Amino acid sequence: MASDGGVSCLRSSEMLNVGIGGMEPPPLDLDEVHVLAVDDSLVDRIVIERLLRITSCKVTAVDSGWRALELLGLDNEKASVELQRLKVDMIITDYCMPGMTGYELLKKIKESSSFRQVPVVIMSSENVLTRIDMCLEEGAEDFLLKPVKLADVKRLRNCLSGDVKLSNGNKRKLPEDSVTVVQASLPPPPPTPQPSLMTLSTDSSDSSPPLSPVEVFSSPLSSLGDDDVLTSSPECSPTPEESPIRRQKMGSPGLDQ
Amino acid sequence: MNTVVAQLQRQFQDYLVSLYQQGFLDNQFTELRKLQDEGTPDFVAEVVSLFFDDCSKLINTMSRSLERPENVDFKQVDSGVHQLKGSSSSVGARRVKNVCISFKECCDVQNREGCLRCLQQVDYEYKMLKTKLQDLFNLEQRILQAGGMIPQVNIS
Repeated sequence: MASDGGVSCLRSSEMLNVGIGGMEPPPLDLDEVHVLAVDDSLVDRIVIERLLRITSCKVTAVDSGWRALELLGLDNEKASVELQRLKVDMIITDYCMPGMTGYELLKKIKESSSFRQVPVVIMSSENVLTRIDMCLEEGAEDFLLKPVKLADVKRLRNCLSGDVKLSNGNKRKLPEDSVTVVQASLPPPPPTPQPSLMTLSTDSSDSSPPLSPVEVFSSPLSSLGDDDVLTSSPECSPTPEESPIRRQKMGSPGLDQ
Repeated sequence: MNTVVAQLQRQFQDYLVSLYQQGFLDNQFTELRKLQDEGTPDFVAEVVSLFFDDCSKLINTMSRSLERPENVDFKQVDSGVHQLKGSSSSVGARRVKNVCISFKECCDVQNREGCLRCLQQVDYEYKMLKTKLQDLFNLEQRILQAGGMIPQVNIS
């Protein structure tokens, strides 16, 4: 059940060890996607955590934006930021939270040099267009309407798989054949030596986008252009028919700037 | 030939369908069931248990906020309703969620009487759902103990 400090999970043995308080971060497992989930509601945290785990993500779930920033090493309190930085491939956050909203957290992440490339997904129970626009304009990767469903998370996971695999060109396991097919059609990667930790999130030293293969290829995020309906992408799950606007999409903001 | 397991499975299926038909549960509960497997057979039960704890806590807080007519903290009540609406929506507790919608409306216009009625109603609904789901989970246990599997139930 829920443990201390607002970091919750059902089975604490499965929880990723985070490198805070002087602990060494665990060896990075490049085959696994790590998601940081932020939600003040315990019920929602448990659900999103399960949704992510079921789609083969490692998850760290926290109950506030402040806690998230702390784990990311972005709160100005901690001294040796390097040691305490968490490797994340995606951040998914609730919009309405006391203290710091998901929007404010999004801004702080996008302002940071180390984490601005990390896709941030906003979740909200309210389908407010101005809110959605605001978040997308600030660089949110996607906006999910709560309650979040398995299809939503699978879609995110597929997109994330595609991005990460193509950006670092290593042997990540991919569950989707379609993405593997795309991989096969890639031209040979440029023969530059790859840093060993080449991920979207932690490679702050490389200012040139390691995402350039992603621009060209499978990521539905970029291939759709202005089309904001993800159902047109063959890799993504069909849009649930219930809500009028399930979410809106835009191309990866980092690539357009 | 109807084995004990088949009978229990039938009972389970009928009961679950009736909960949807009577409006206690909605599609989100179906979504939660998708997240349960042999490795996590108690997932749904654990989540709803947390939800019911949430209900109890929030109802207490809101009750205190509404207690004195001359000094109602509607902001506090609104916050409670928002949280309750969110979590009920996340577990598929349809009736509870619907009461929260009315509750929010009463809160918005600072209608203390209306809020008190909604509070009472939300208390009733969550407790009713708790009983119903307990019966459902008991049926699940009986199926498993009889060596059977929990049926996939398609709710159209």
